[in-house]
Amino acid sequence: MSSLPLLSLIILTPWVGSLLLVCLPGLGARACRGITLAFSLSTLGFALCVLSSFNPAAPGYQFVERRDWISSLNVHYFLGLDGLSLLMVLLTAVVAPAGILASWKLSSDVRFFGLLFLALQGAALGVFLALDFVPWFLFWELSLVPAYFLIKLWGGAGASRAAYQFVIYTIGGSAFMLLGFAGIFLATGSLDFPELSRLGADGTLALKLASLGGFWPMAIFVGILLGLAVKVPLFPFHTWLPSAYAEAPTGVSMFLTGVMSKMGVYGFIRILWPLFPMRLHASAPCLIWLALAGVVLGAFAAMRQTDLKRMVAYSSINHVSYCLLALFAVASANGPGGEPSVAALGGSLLQMFNHGISASALFFCVGILETRSGGLRGAGDFGGIRSSAPLFAGLCGISMFSSLGLPGLNGFVGEFLIFKGVWGLIPWAAALSCLGLFATAYFLLTFWQRVFHGPKSGAAAGGFAELHGVEVVTLAPLVALMFLLGIVPQLLTGLFNPLVGIWVGHFTK
Amino acid sequence: MTISAHNLWLIPLLPLLASASCSVIRRRGRSLAATFAILAMAGSFILSCIALRTALLSPASHLTSNFTWFGVGDYAVRLGWLLDPLTAFMCVMVTLVSLLIFIFSIGYMKDDPNFKQFYCFLSLFAAAMLGIVVANSLLLLFIAWELVGLSSYLLIGFWFHKPAAAAAAKKAFITTRIGDLGFFMGILWLNNATGSLLFYDGGRGVLEPGSLAGLAAQTTVGGLAVSTAIGLLVFCGAIGKSGQFPLHVWLPDAMEGPTPVSALIHAATMVAAGVFLIARVYPLMTADLGLAGAPVHALTVVAFIGAITALMGACIAVGQNDIKRVLAFSTVSQLGYMMIALGVGSWVAAIFHLLTHAFFKALLFLGAGSVIHAAHHEQDMRSLGGLGRRMRVTFGTFAIGMMALSGVPFVFSGYWSKESILHAAHEWDVSSLPFLMGLSAVVLTAFYMTRLVAEVFFGKARSASAEHAHENSGVMTVPLVILAVCAVGLGFLGTPAWPWLQSQLTGSTMPAHSLLEGGGLTVLSIVLVSVGIGTGWALYARHPRQTEDVQDPLERAAPGAFGFLAARMRFDELYLATFGRANGYIAALADWLDRRVVGKIVELAGRMSQSAGRFNREADEEGLNTGFNAASDELRLAGKLYSQAQTGETHGYLRVLAIGFVVLAIASMLGGSR
Repeated sequence: MSSLPLLSLIILTPWVGSLLLVCLPGLGARACRGITLAFSLSTLGFALCVLSSFNPAAPGYQFVERRDWISSLNVHYFLGLDGLSLLMVLLTAVVAPAGILASWKLSSDVRFFGLLFLALQGAALGVFLALDFVPWFLFWELSLVPAYFLIKLWGGAGASRAAYQFVIYTIGGSAFMLLGFAGIFLATGSLDFPELSRLGADGTLALKLASLGGFWPMAIFVGILLGLAVKVPLFPFHTWLPSAYAEAPTGVSMFLTGVMSKMGVYGFIRILWPLFPMRLHASAPCLIWLALAGVVLGAFAAMRQTDLKRMVAYSSINHVSYCLLALFAVASANGPGGEPSVAALGGSLLQMFNHGISASALFFCVGILETRSGGLRGAGDFGGIRSSAPLFAGLCGISMFSSLGLPGLNGFVGEFLIFKGVWGLIPWAAALSCLGLFATAYFLLTFWQRVFHGPKSGAAAGGFAELHGVEVVTLAPLVALMFLLGIVPQLLTGLFNPLVGIWVGHFTK
Repeated sequence: MTISAHNLWLIPLLPLLASASCSVIRRRGRSLAATFAILAMAGSFILSCIALRTALLSPASHLTSNFTWFGVGDYAVRLGWLLDPLTAFMCVMVTLVSLLIFIFSIGYMKDDPNFKQFYCFLSLFAAAMLGIVVANSLLLLFIAWELVGLSSYLLIGFWFHKPAAAAAAKKAFITTRIGDLGFFMGILWLNNATGSLLFYDGGRGVLEPGSLAGLAAQTTVGGLAVSTAIGLLVFCGAIGKSGQFPLHVWLPDAMEGPTPVSALIHAATMVAAGVFLIARVYPLMTADLGLAGAPVHALTVVAFIGAITALMGACIAVGQNDIKRVLAFSTVSQLGYMMIALGVGSWVAAIFHLLTHAFFKALLFLGAGSVIHAAHHEQDMRSLGGLGRRMRVTFGTFAIGMMALSGVPFVFSGYWSKESILHAAHEWDVSSLPFLMGLSAVVLTAFYMTRLVAEVFFGKARSASAEHAHENSGVMTVPLVILAVCAVGLGFLGTPAWPWLQSQLTGSTMPAHSLLEGGGLTVLSIVLVSVGIGTGWALYARHPRQTEDVQDPLERAAPGAFGFLAARMRFDELYLATFGRANGYIAALADWLDRRVVGKIVELAGRMSQSAGRFNREADEEGLNTGFNAASDELRLAGKLYSQAQTGETHGYLRVLAIGFVVLAIASMLGGSR
C-alpha cells in the first residue's frame, strides 16, 4: 500500500467536513445535508480501501502510523488497525450515513446538526483506531460533546435531562479510567496499548502495578472496568441508557446504539482483557452475573415498556450483554482456551456488528412511526399499519426477526456462536440466557402484532404513508446486510479469523 | 437417472427461488406468481422422485455431501446434505402434497388481494420443510426448522387485519419457540460433547457409533446419560412443532390461517417436522437403551407424551363444532400415535403413518376447504348439513379421507399404518399404557369423524350459506381426487404381507407375515372402529340435526363434560393463569428493579451528594470568612464559582459512580479470593 495515511484520513475526514460546515455559515439546508452525507460516506470509501489491502492472516496491527507527540510523557500519535478495529470502522461506515439519512427531514438548524454528527463520527472512529491511551482517551471524551448537544437540542421532551444524565454518568466513569491509566503510567512509564498488552500477557504489568502497593493495583483495574462498564453499559450501570436512547432524535439513537455502545465493548476487548488477563479471570465469575442480569432483566424490562423507543433501548442492553457474557466466559476459562472460547469470542465480535445493524434499523423504524404520527411512540398508538404500508411493515419485520435471532439473518450467527461457546465454558449461564432469547421474541412479536396487525387504528386509523425515497435508501442497505451477513458470515469472520485464535491462546490462562 | 447428495440442495432451492421471485413480482402479477410456485414445486417433485430412485439403489447407505459454512479461528461450522430412503420418501411426500395444495389454492384464494404474497409464503414454507428433510447437520436442520416457524407465522397470520389471526400467529411462534429453546440447548450440548453437528460424516458424525458410545457412557444430573438428556432436549423441539402435550395449544388456533395453509401445516410441513426430527436422530434417541441402571430412557418419555397426546386430542375433537378444529385436534391425536410408535421403538411405523396421514389429512383439510369455500366461509358444522347431495366429489373424497383416518380395515391406508403402530405398542415391554390409550383413541377417532361427516354432509342444509353451496371447479376437486387415490393406495406399500416401505426405509428385508398377523389385535381394532362408527352413526346420521340450535346429543347427556371438551380442556386458561401471569410478573419485577431500585439508588445518591455539596459550600464560606480574611478577591471569586459548581447533580452522579466503584471492587475482590 502507498504511504497514504489512510487511518488518519478515516478519522479526520469527517472532522474536516465538520470544520467546513463551521466555516460556511450561510449554507442552505440542502447543501448542508449533502456535505454532511458526503463526508460521512467518506469513511465507507476509505474503509473499503483499507479492506482491499488488509491482510487478515498477518498478526499485529496494520496501516500503523506512529509519531512523537508529547515526548516528555512518552505519548505518541499512534494509530493502527486489526480485524477488530476494521470491523468497527466498517460498522461506523454503515451506521453513520444511515443515521444522517434518517435525519434527512430534520428542518431546524441543519448545519449545526451535520457539524455535530460529523464530529461525533470522527471521534468514534478515533476510538477504534488509536493505540495510545492519550489520543484514545481524547477521542473517547470528545465523542461525548457532540452527542450531548445532539440529544439535548434535537431530542424529545425529556431530552435535556437525559443528555445531562448521559454525559455526567459517562464522564464520571471516564474519570476513574483516567486515574487508572495515570497509575499505569506511573508504574510502567508507557501508555502504548500494544506494549501494555505484551506486559499484561507475560505478567510483567501485574508485577509492576504491584509495586504501587496496597489497594492500588485493584483500584486501577476497577477504575478502568468502571469507565468501560458505564459506556457499554453493563448492568447495573445502565440507567442512563433508556432515557438517552429514547429522547435522542432518531438518527442519533441509531448512532448511539449502533456505534457508541460498541466503544465500550471494544474497550473491554482491546484494553481491559489484554492488560489484566488474570484480574479479569479472577473477577469473571462475578461479572458473568452482571452480564446475565443484563441479558435477562434487559429483555424482561423491555417487555414492560409501552414507549417503543425505550423497548428497543432495553433490547439493546440485552443484546450488548451477550457480547460481554461471551467475553467474561472466555476470560473465566481455566487453561488454554479451546474451541468454545474461540467460538464465544468470535460470536461476540459478530454480535457487535450485527447488533449495530439490527438495532439501528429498529430505531429507524420506530422513528418513522414517531414522525408520521407527530411524536407518538406508544405500542398502543398504532394498529394495522401493514395494510397501508406493506413495504415498511416488511422491512421493519425483517429487522425485527434479525434482532430476535432468526436463522438466515445476521443476528443468528453471532448468537449461535456465543451460545455455543458459553455452553462449552459455563453451561448454566447459556441455559439461563435462553430466557433472554424467549423474552426478546415475545416482546418483539407483541410490538409487531400491535403496531402492524389487526384493524387500522390509533394514529394509523386513517392510513399510514408508505416509505418514500430517502427512507427506503436508509433502510434497504441495512436490510440487505442482514441477509448477506446471515447467509455468508464468512465475510466478517474472515476479517478476524486468525485474530480470535491468537487472542484466546494469549490471554486465557 | 440419479441425483447425487451433492446436488440435493436443488430440491429446497427451487421453491426458495419461487418464493424470492414472488416477493418481487408486482401485486397484480397473480398468475405469474402461481405459475412460478407451482412449476418450482413440480420441479422439486421430479427431483425428489429421482432422489428416491437414487436412494433405493442402496437403501442401507447414507449418501452425504458436507461443506464448511464459515469458520472462526479453528472452529469450522460445517453443514451438509443427506440422501437416504427416509429423506427421499419425505421429499416425495412433501413435494407432492404441497404441489396439490398449491394447485387447490388457485381456486381457494382467487379473490384474495394478497394472492401473490400467499404463494410467496407458501413456497417459503415448502422450501424450509424440504430444507429440514435434506439436512445432514443438526444446525442446518435447526435453521430450516426456524424458517418453518417463520413461514407458519406469516401464513397463520395471513389475514393479519383479523385480530384473532394476528394473535394466533404470535401464539404459534412463541409456543413453538419455547420448545425450540430446549432443542437449541440440545444442539449446543451435542456440539460441545461431540465436536460436531453433522449426522453422518465418515465415522465422526453425531449419529455414528463412535460419538453415540461416548454420549451414552457419560452421565449428568440425576444419573441421566448425556445422550438421554440431549435426546430429551431435542424432543422439546418436536413437542413444540408437532403439537404434542403440553405445547399443543397453538395448533388449533392456527386454524385462523387460510384453509390450504392448515392443510400444509397439518399434513406435509411443520407438524410432520417434529416426528421426522425424532426419526432422523433415532440412533441418538436409542443410544441409552442398552444402559441397565438408567433412571429413564429418552424413548419412554416420547412414548408417554405421545400416548397422552393421542388420547387427549381425540377427546377434545369430540367436543368441537368447527370443522377445521375437529380436524386440528385429530391431527394432534394422530401425531400422538406417531410419537407412540417412535417411543416404543418402531420409527418405521411412525414414518409409515406420517406418510399416509399426510395424504389423508391433506385430503380432509382441502375437503373442508372446499366446503368452506362453497358455503361462503361458514365452518361451524351445526350451520352446514346436507352438502352430500350438493357437492358430490367433495363428499366422496372426504368420506374416503374420513375412513382412512378412522382406520376402516383393509382398504384404506390409515388402517395399515395405525395397525402397525398398535402392533408395535402392543409388543413394547416397558408399559402397556400407551397401547391401551392408543386403543381408546381408535374408538374416539372413528366416532368424531363419523359425527363430522354426518353433521356436514347428511340431513338438510341448516343455513342460507349451506343451501347455496355447490361443487367447486376442477382446480379444487382434481387435487382432492388425486389425494383420495393416494389415501387408499399408499397403504398397500406397507402391509404385513408385503412390507416394501418398511424394507426400503430400514435397508433390510422385512419378513412378510399374513395379513391377519396377530389375529386377536386385528379383530379387536376392527371391533373398536366399528363401535366408534356405529355410535357416531346412531347418534348423528340416523336422526340428522334439524336446525342450527339443536343441542348436541352428547351435550344433552353430559353438559359439563362436553363443555370441558369444547373449551379444549381449558389449557389456554390454565396457561394464561400460570405461565402468562408468571411471565408478566417477571417482566414487572425487571421493570420495577430498574425504575425503583437501581434508578432510586441513583437518585438517592444524587440527593446525598447534593447535601454534601451544600455542606461543602458552607464549610468553604466559613473557611473563607474566618481563616482567610486577607485573601484576595480573585481567590474569593474562584472559591464561589467552585462552590456553585458543586450544587448541581454533577456530584450526585459522581457519587453514584463512587458507590458502583466500591461495589465492583468488592465483587472483584470476592472473585479474586477464590
